[in-house]
Amino acid sequence: MQIQKDKYTRMLHAIAYVVILGLSVACLLPFLLIISASLTSNESIIRDGYHLIPGQFSLEGYKTVFIFPDEVLRAYTVTIVTTVVGTALGLFFMTMSGYVLARKDFKYRNTFSFYIYFTTLFGGGLVPWYIMITKYLGLLDSYAVLVLPGLMTPFLIILMKNFVKSAVPEELFDSGKMDGAGDFRIYWQIVLKLSMPGIATVGLFLALYYWNDWFTSSLFINDTHKYQLQFYLYNVINSAQFIAQMGAGTGVSLATEVPAESTKMAMAIVVNGPILFLYPFVQRYFVKGLTIGAVKG
Amino acid sequence: MFLMLLPTLIFFLVNSYFPMVGIYYAFTQFDFNSSMFNSKFVGLQNFEFLWRSGTLVKLTMNTIGYNIAFIVLGNVLAIACAILLSELNGKWFKKISQSIMFLPYFVSFVILSVIVYNLFNYDSGFLNTMLTQFGLDPVDVYSKPWAWIFLIIIFYLWKNLGYSMVIYLAAITGISDEYYEAAKIDGANIFQRIWYITVPMLKSTFVVLLLFALGSIMKGQFDLFYQLIGNNGLLYNTTDILDTYVYRSLKVTFDVGMATAAGVYQSLFGFVLIMTVNYIIRKINDDYALF
Repeated sequence: MQIQKDKYTRMLHAIAYVVILGLSVACLLPFLLIISASLTSNESIIRDGYHLIPGQFSLEGYKTVFIFPDEVLRAYTVTIVTTVVGTALGLFFMTMSGYVLARKDFKYRNTFSFYIYFTTLFGGGLVPWYIMITKYLGLLDSYAVLVLPGLMTPFLIILMKNFVKSAVPEELFDSGKMDGAGDFRIYWQIVLKLSMPGIATVGLFLALYYWNDWFTSSLFINDTHKYQLQFYLYNVINSAQFIAQMGAGTGVSLATEVPAESTKMAMAIVVNGPILFLYPFVQRYFVKGLTIGAVKG
Repeated sequence: MFLMLLPTLIFFLVNSYFPMVGIYYAFTQFDFNSSMFNSKFVGLQNFEFLWRSGTLVKLTMNTIGYNIAFIVLGNVLAIACAILLSELNGKWFKKISQSIMFLPYFVSFVILSVIVYNLFNYDSGFLNTMLTQFGLDPVDVYSKPWAWIFLIIIFYLWKNLGYSMVIYLAAITGISDEYYEAAKIDGANIFQRIWYITVPMLKSTFVVLLLFALGSIMKGQFDLFYQLIGNNGLLYNTTDILDTYVYRSLKVTFDVGMATAAGVYQSLFGFVLIMTVNYIIRKINDDYALF
C-alpha cells in the first residue's frame, strides 16, 4: 500500500536529503584532498597549491616513500605486532573479568567492580604515571610499554560484563557446574562462544586503539626503530629534515628536488591505507555492537 | 574465580593505584635523580605559582568551555542527523551516507593533523588556493587564535558525528511503530510526530551519554588538541587545555613538579565535579545516577 505523502513529509524529506548529503560530502572531502595531493607532482603543489583534482599527475610521492622501505616496514611491523598481541591479551583478560563480574555467585563482584570503576573517577595524573613506568617499572624504550598500558579500560570491562550478562543465561553456569566443569572451563567453552558479538565489538575498539596509538611512542620510545606507525608518520610530517636525514642515514645522496609535500601526503595514505581498506568490512560489526550496547544499556 | 580476576586487579593496581601515591611529587621540587621522598618538600608552592600566573584559571576555562561545546553541539547534531536519517526510506542512500559519516571516527588524529595542514597551510593549503583563485588575499590561519576555537570544535564534530549518530539511530529503531501509527490517525504531521514522539523517547539515551561526558569534563580530547595545535605558542591562549599543558610541561619544558600539580588539580577538580553532579542527579531522579 502506497501512503500518500503530505506536504510536510515531502518537506522533511527534502531537508533530510540536503543535510545528510551535505554532511556526507563534508566527511569525505578531506580524504579526497589527501589522496589527490599524494598523486600530484610536488612542483605543482608548491606553485598552485592543493587541489581537489591533481593539477599534474605524478607518483613521485609514493616512490620517495618506498626508496627506503625499511623504515616504513619496520614501523608497520611494530604496529601490527603490538595490535595483535595487545588485542589478544587484552581481550583474554577483559572477557575473563567480565565473566567473573557477571557471575551472581561471586561474592565480591560489587567491591571489585567499584575498584575498577573508581580509576575513571580519580587518578594520579600523567606525570606520576610516567614516572612509575619509566623509573619503577623500567619500561622505557621497550616493546612491552607499547602493549601494556593500553591493555584494559574500565569502560570496556563494564561493556563486556553487560554483554556476558545478556548473552549467557544464568542456568548455564549451574548446569555446567553440575556436569563437573570448573569455572575456567565454563568460561572457555560456554561463555566465549555465546558472547561472540560482544567480543568482536570490544576487540575492534581495542584494535583500533592500538592501530591509531601515537601517544605511547611519543612518551616512552626514544629508539626510532621502535616507533609505532602513527608516531613515525607524525615525525615525518613534522620534521622538514626528514628526507635529508633519511639520505644521510643510509649514505645515499638524494636528488636535489625531493618531493616533500606530496611525500607527506603519500605517507599519510600508506599509513592509513589498511584502515580505509578494511573499514567497509569492519564497520557493520561496530554498528551492531554499539546497537546491542545501547539498547540493552 | 578470584584467580581469573587477578590479572585485571594487578593491572589496575599498577597502572592506576600506584601512580596515586606519586601525587606527592606535586608538593616537592622535583629532582629526577633522587628517589621520591628525598625530593625537597615545598608544600603548596607549585599550586601557588600556577594560581598566581593565571594558568590554572585559563586552563580550566578552556577545558570546561570546549567540553561543554562538544557535548551540546555534538549531541544536538547527532540527534538531528539520526532523526533525519531514520525518516528517509532509500535503503542504499541510508547505508552509504551512514558509512561515510562513520568513516572519520576510524582515522587517527595524526591523519587529522595532515588534513588540517592540507586545508590551512599558508603557502599551498586548499583554502588559500581557493581564495587566490577567486582573486582574494590568502589568510594565515595559523596566526589567528580565535579561528581555532571554531576549527577545533568543527573537527571534533567531524570525527565523532558518525559514532554518536549510530547510538541514537539504534535508540530510534527501538521505538515501537504503534506510537507513530496512533499519532498519524490523530492527524499529527511528520514534524509533530518527531517533536512529540521521537525526541522525548531519546531522552534516556541522551542522559546516559551526557553523564559519561560530564564524568570526563576535566579531561580534554588530548589527541585532538595536541595534533592540531602542537607546540604553536601563538595559539595557547585559546587552545591550551589541562592535558596539553601537563604533557608539554613533562616532555618539552620539564617542569615536572608543576605538571604534577596541574594533574592533581585536574583529578581533584574532576572528582569533586562528578560527585556533585551525581548527587544532584540522584536527588532529581534516582534511575539516572551514575552510582
